[in-house]
Amino acid sequence: MATLGSAELPARASIASGGATSLISKPVLRHSALVRLTHWVTFLCFLALLVSGIEIVISHPRFYWGETGNSLTTPLFQLPIPSSRKLVPTGYSYVLPDQNGWSRALHFQTAWIAVLTGLLYVISGFLSGHFRRDVFPGKADLSPRALLTSFLKPLRFERPSAGEMFSYNGLQRLTYLFVIFVLFPLVIWSGLAMSLGFISAFPWTVNLLGGRQSARTIHFFVSMALVLFLLVHVLMVCLAGFRSRTGAMITGRTGTREEGT
Amino acid sequence: MIKLSRRRLIVSGLAAAAGASGLAVAARLAQKYGLIPPDGGGIYGLGETLSYASQRLLTTHALAREFSRSQISPRPFPNELAPFTDDFKRLQAGGFADWRLAVDGLVAQPALFSLAGLKSYPSRSHITELTCEEGWSYIAEWIGVPLSHVLNLVGVHPQAKYVVYTSAEPGMWDSIDMADALHPQTFLCYGMNGGELPVAHGGPLRMRLPRQIGYKNVKFVNRLTVTDNIKGFGKGLGSAAAEFGYAWYTGI
Repeated sequence: MATLGSAELPARASIASGGATSLISKPVLRHSALVRLTHWVTFLCFLALLVSGIEIVISHPRFYWGETGNSLTTPLFQLPIPSSRKLVPTGYSYVLPDQNGWSRALHFQTAWIAVLTGLLYVISGFLSGHFRRDVFPGKADLSPRALLTSFLKPLRFERPSAGEMFSYNGLQRLTYLFVIFVLFPLVIWSGLAMSLGFISAFPWTVNLLGGRQSARTIHFFVSMALVLFLLVHVLMVCLAGFRSRTGAMITGRTGTREEGT
Repeated sequence: MIKLSRRRLIVSGLAAAAGASGLAVAARLAQKYGLIPPDGGGIYGLGETLSYASQRLLTTHALAREFSRSQISPRPFPNELAPFTDDFKRLQAGGFADWRLAVDGLVAQPALFSLAGLKSYPSRSHITELTCEEGWSYIAEWIGVPLSHVLNLVGVHPQAKYVVYTSAEPGMWDSIDMADALHPQTFLCYGMNGGELPVAHGGPLRMRLPRQIGYKNVKFVNRLTVTDNIKGFGKGLGSAAAEFGYAWYTGI
């Protein structure tokens, strides 16, 4: 009942390797309690980080490369938005209200919760076999043909097959791998590389990124990549059936009964 | 199902109790070792405390990165200033000859220092980055006397926990713990890039903490108060900035 992995799931093989999942008629455990909990905590953290992050960017919507950069230097690029600071040259005649105090506090507090939740997820993911079973792609998943099929299907607004209700296809597995082991670590790293206390103890973390302003710019782009992932993720959930997929992430259960086409 | 629910209820209850008592022990320990910042209460208290405590444990003796002379920003950005008081204008007109830094509180000998007096002590400099919480930054050479030098001259009592510093700008004050106060890169800064510290950058005297964000580097410092009880200052949050919702500790 309180298993960490999806131990009750009979079809451990992924879709491309051919599952007999369509034979299942009663609800099965799709997501373990821990996956569900960390998923929703991460989701709430993501929203808080996004809102507070946007507020912080508004106080200086210019981005630079290298160690330093300010209103007297040439930016790498500037977002076409107004600012909450008078001295930032934005082209707008008005200044937005200052929101940096609570935004920074919320951003860092949420970052702590998100990082600890992420650690819990990653450690338990290795221990429970969740990664091995649900995230690491099998050989068959990685065939160009299988990848192309999983890429084209949603573009034709085709709903996923019944079997895909119980596991992920190769493209999904690669995407989750990239998000979990590349984007999230990179957004944490580039964020820490802006912390003056942290980089005094670990200066290589910022030097390796090319300087503190580079770290800030990387943090921005990786955040945007994560937003893009979120949008596509939600879009795919809607395409696959918002009720059944979201229900599975809340109750953990899914079944063939709800699979209407 | 009922059995399982009951078991789950008991397990969750035990886990919650263990978690709560674990948190209580952690909070007690953090309090004992001075790991809770003055603004460690309230809805963001958890995050502020985690950041401050972890950086105190990991980075107390770490040095901020120093840069080469060639990396000094040609045009350091002076941020917006509040209008000067008549008092300040008068001192400025006199070339700050009458500027005094008062040092009081938990010290053996409260004292007044003139700029000339501060400049007569061994001068130190570091080329470090000043970073604003908004995101921008520049690199400059900062010249001054280490705060620890002045604190040693007046004799700080062993129970001291914070140094409160006050600005000539009305209502502006902040504080740092003793780890930051005694840190070798913490300066009472009176010079910049080989010259005097311009008024636009906080002259005649600025607190310079290269391991904390710009707003913590208070301009126009004219008073230091050593204390063991930060609650006695303002609303007890450790700084004027904290009263406006800006974090007291800005190593992050």
